[in-house]
Amino acid sequence: MSVKKLGLKQRYAHMTRGLDWETTYQPMDKVFPYDSFEGIKIKDWSAWEDPFRLTMDSYWKFQAEKERKLYAVIDAFAQNNGQTGITDGRYANVLKLFLTGISPEEYQAHRGFAFAGRHLRGVGPRVAAQMQSLDELRHIQTQIHTISHYNKYFDGIGEFPHMHDRVWYLSVPKSFFDDARSAGPFEFMIAIGFAFEYVLTNLLFVPFMSGAAYNGDMSTVTFGFSAQSDESRHMTLGIEVIKFLLEQHPDNLPIVQKWVDKWFWRGHRVLGLVAMMMDYMLPKPVMSWKEAWQIYYTEAGGALFQDLARYGLRPPKYADIATAEAEHISHQNWAIFYQYTHAAAFHTWAPDAKHMDWLSEKYPNTFDKYYRPRWEMWNQMAKEGKRFYNMALPQLCQCCQIPMGYTEPGDPTTICFRSSQYKGETYHFCSDGCKDIFDAEPEKFVQSWLPVHQIFQGNCGGATIPDVLNYYRLANGADNMDYVGSPDEKLWNEWQADKLKTAV
Amino acid sequence: MTIQIKTLDMEPKRQTFGHVARRIGEGKSATRYQEATLDVQATTNFHYKPLYEPEYWTYDPRKTRVVMEDWYKPLDPRQYYYATYNISRATMNQAVERSFTFAEERGLAEKMSADARKQVETFLLPLRHLHWGANMNMTEITQRGYGTAVTAPAIFSSGDHLGMAQIVSRIGLLLDGQTGVSLDMAKEVWVNDPAWQGVRKLIEDSLVERDWFQLFVIQTLAINGVVFDLIYKMGDAGWKDAQLTIAMLTVFMTDWRADESRWSDAVIRTVAAESEENRALISQWAATWIGAAVEAARPLAAAFLTDNGAAAEAAGEATVARARALGLTL
Amino acid sequence: MSQLASLTFYHNDDARPVIDAILADNPGVQVLNMPGAVKLDREGEIVIKRASVEERLGRPWDPQEIHLILISMAGNLDEDDDRFSVSWKH
Repeated sequence: MSVKKLGLKQRYAHMTRGLDWETTYQPMDKVFPYDSFEGIKIKDWSAWEDPFRLTMDSYWKFQAEKERKLYAVIDAFAQNNGQTGITDGRYANVLKLFLTGISPEEYQAHRGFAFAGRHLRGVGPRVAAQMQSLDELRHIQTQIHTISHYNKYFDGIGEFPHMHDRVWYLSVPKSFFDDARSAGPFEFMIAIGFAFEYVLTNLLFVPFMSGAAYNGDMSTVTFGFSAQSDESRHMTLGIEVIKFLLEQHPDNLPIVQKWVDKWFWRGHRVLGLVAMMMDYMLPKPVMSWKEAWQIYYTEAGGALFQDLARYGLRPPKYADIATAEAEHISHQNWAIFYQYTHAAAFHTWAPDAKHMDWLSEKYPNTFDKYYRPRWEMWNQMAKEGKRFYNMALPQLCQCCQIPMGYTEPGDPTTICFRSSQYKGETYHFCSDGCKDIFDAEPEKFVQSWLPVHQIFQGNCGGATIPDVLNYYRLANGADNMDYVGSPDEKLWNEWQADKLKTAV
Repeated sequence: MTIQIKTLDMEPKRQTFGHVARRIGEGKSATRYQEATLDVQATTNFHYKPLYEPEYWTYDPRKTRVVMEDWYKPLDPRQYYYATYNISRATMNQAVERSFTFAEERGLAEKMSADARKQVETFLLPLRHLHWGANMNMTEITQRGYGTAVTAPAIFSSGDHLGMAQIVSRIGLLLDGQTGVSLDMAKEVWVNDPAWQGVRKLIEDSLVERDWFQLFVIQTLAINGVVFDLIYKMGDAGWKDAQLTIAMLTVFMTDWRADESRWSDAVIRTVAAESEENRALISQWAATWIGAAVEAARPLAAAFLTDNGAAAEAAGEATVARARALGLTL
Repeated sequence: MSQLASLTFYHNDDARPVIDAILADNPGVQVLNMPGAVKLDREGEIVIKRASVEERLGRPWDPQEIHLILISMAGNLDEDDDRFSVSWKH
C-alpha cells in the first residue's frame, strides 16, 4: 500500500498545533503569566496563520547547509588574508561599528524571542518565535566569527561586549533593545518582529551588505546575506503578528498603533547610525541612505501600510518627518562622530573632494547648501593643524540617547530641542517623536542610563577623558581619533606598499 | 610558472578578542566555540526594569538561588555554537529519514500486531506533549538564565525537544495512515488517562517554576532521567513485536539523550562544585524532583510494562546514581 | 498608489533557475541588480511555480528550498507544495 503524502500545511498543523494542551494541574494564567498585562485581547489563538511552515527536521537541514557554505567562505577569507583586499583600510571601521553596536542586539533579539517563544499562549507564534530565537543566536555568532579575523589586525574591535555595555553612542542601540526586552511579549513582537524586522531591517542589511560586496569584504557580505535569508522568515512572522492582533479584537488597534508609532521612531533613530555608515564610511559607496530609504521605507513601507489600512492602522506617526530627515541624518550623525572622535572606538575622517561630489550628487537639496561648507571648513582647519574637536560633553536625548544635534523639521539651521516635565524634573529630547515616546511612558524613560549623566555622576571611571576611555577599555591613540595617523592606517599602508613591491 | 602564496608578513596584532584572551590566556588562539560564547551576554548598565518583573533586570543572576562567581564556568563539553549544533542535528536526522523511509517501504506499521500498535498509541505518542513541555522549560531557561554558556545550549535543547515531538508525531502519522487520528487519540490519553496524569502534573508543576536553575535540574536531571529514559531506554519490552521498529524510529532520541546529558551533567556538576551552598540546594532540588518524577512515572510504568512500577523505580535509582556521580548528596 | 510585491535573491547559481522561472511566469516583473543580490519587483503579486523551476533545474524542487536563496521579500506570503507567492491581493 502506498502512503499518501501530506501537504505542507496539513503536515505542519499536525506537527505543531496539536502539541499544546490546556493545563489543569496548574492554572494557565500561572503557566503564561505575562500575556495579559499589556491589554491585548486574543479570542482565538488557533486563528493564527503560520508563515513559513518549517518543521525542525527541515530547519536543521537548511540551516546546516547555509552554515557549511558560510564557514567555507569565512575560512577561505582568513586563509587568503582577505582583509588586504578591501577597498581601503577605512572600511574596517564599518565592521567595528557593526560588531560593537549591532551584533549585541542580535543577541538581545535571541533572548527576547526566547521570551516570546515561551510566553505567548498560542503554539503557532511560539514555534515561530523559538526558531527566530535560534536564528538570532546564529547571527551574533556568525558575525563574531566573521569579524574575528579583522580583529586580529584592526583596532577597536576586541572589546565589543565590554564597550557595548558602556560606551556613550552604543547606549543608543542598547537602550533600544533594552526597551523592547523590558516590554511585554506582544510589544516585543511588534517592536522587533514587526517594526524592526519587517519595516526597517532591509535598510540595515541589504544596502549595507551590498556596500560590503562593493568594498571587497566577501566574508561580511556572505554572513550578511546568509543572515538575511533567515530574515525573510522573520518578516513573515512580523507581518503575521500584526495582522493577527488587529484581526483578533478591535480594542487592540489603539495599542498596536501606539507601538507602531513608537517603534518606527525608535528604529528610525537607531538606523541613523547605518545612514552614516552608508554615506560616509564606505570607501566606495553603493547607494545613498536617501535612496535606500526611498526603496525600503517609502516604497516597501508604503505598500505595507496601504495593506494594513483595512484594519484601520495608519502609517507611523512622524513617518513624513523621518522621510524629510533622510536628507540630513547621515550628515548630522557623521559630524557628531567627527567632533567626538577622541571618544569613539572607530576612526573618523572628513570626506575628501571626490566623496563630497558624490554626496552633492546624491543629496542635491541639502549637501552643498548645509553640509559641504562645514566639511570644507573642518578640512581647512585640519590642514592648518587646528583639527576641530568638541571637548564639551553633549546633552543627550532622554529617549534615543543621541546627542542633541538634530535640526528642526523644515529648518536645517536650528537645533531641535524639546522637553517634558515629570515629577518636578525636566527631561530633554531631540524631536517630537522622542518626546511623545517619553510622555507615553515617563516612568520607564526616566530610568534611562544616560552615558553623559553617568560620567558626571562618577560612574564611568572618573571625570577626565582618559579615565572614561579607560573605563570603556578604549585604547587611546589606537582605537579612537582620525584614521589618518592611526595604527590601522600604518598597517594598511604597509600592506599596500608590500603589494606594490610584489607586483614589481 | 610559480605562484607566490605568501607575499605579506601577516603576523596578527592579537589572536582573539580581549574578553576571550583574559579567560584563556594572552597570545593563545581561541576556538570558535569560545569566541561565540564567552561574555556574549550583556552584564551591566541596563536601562529599564522589565514591566512584567520590575524586581529584576532583564539579565539578572538573582533569578536563581544558586550563586556562581562566574557563569562562564559551566561550559558545554560538546562546544556547540549554532553551526556545529545544526550540522550535528542535520546529520542525526539523516538516520531518522532513512528509518521512516524504510518503515514506509516495508509497511512496518501495518505489520505491527494490534497489541503492539495499542502500546505505541498509548505509551509512545503522548510523549510528544511531554517533549513540548520540555521545550517550554528549555526555552524558559534560555530567556531567564544567566550567561550565554548555559543559555545558548538551552535553546539548542528546546529545538531538540520540538524536533523530537515532531518525530513522535510522525510515528503517529505513520500508524494512522497520515490522518492524524492517532495524534488526537494520544492527546486524549495525555489529558485523561490515569496512567499519564502523574507525568502531566509533573511537567505542569515544572512550567510554573520561577528559579531557572532549579528548572534546569528538574528538566535535565529528573524528567529526562526518569520519564524519558523509562519510555525510550527501559521500555523495549513494552513495544511487543514492534520493538525493533520503535527502536529504529526513535534512534534520534537515543543519540540525543547521550549528547544532551554530556552537557547537562557537566553544567550541574560545575555549578554544584562551586560552593557547599550550591551543592546543598541542588541536592535538595534533585532529591525532591527525582522523587516526584518516580511517583509520577510509577503508574505509567505499571500500565505500560505491567511491572507494578518497577521500571520507574529503576529509572529513579539510576538517576539518583547519576546525581551522586555529579557530586550531589542524595 | 502602487503596491509592489518583491523578492530579493542571492545572485548565484542556485538562485538562477528560480529567477528565470519568475521572469517567465510573471509578466512585467522589474529586475534590480545589486552587488551580490537581485531584487525582483512586480505590481501586486509574484508567483514561483514548482513545475517551472523543475523544468529549468532538471530535478525535483521543494518550494521550501527557497530558504537557501531568498534574502528579502515584501508582500503576504503563501506557500504550498506546488507554488510560492508573495502578494498584496486578498
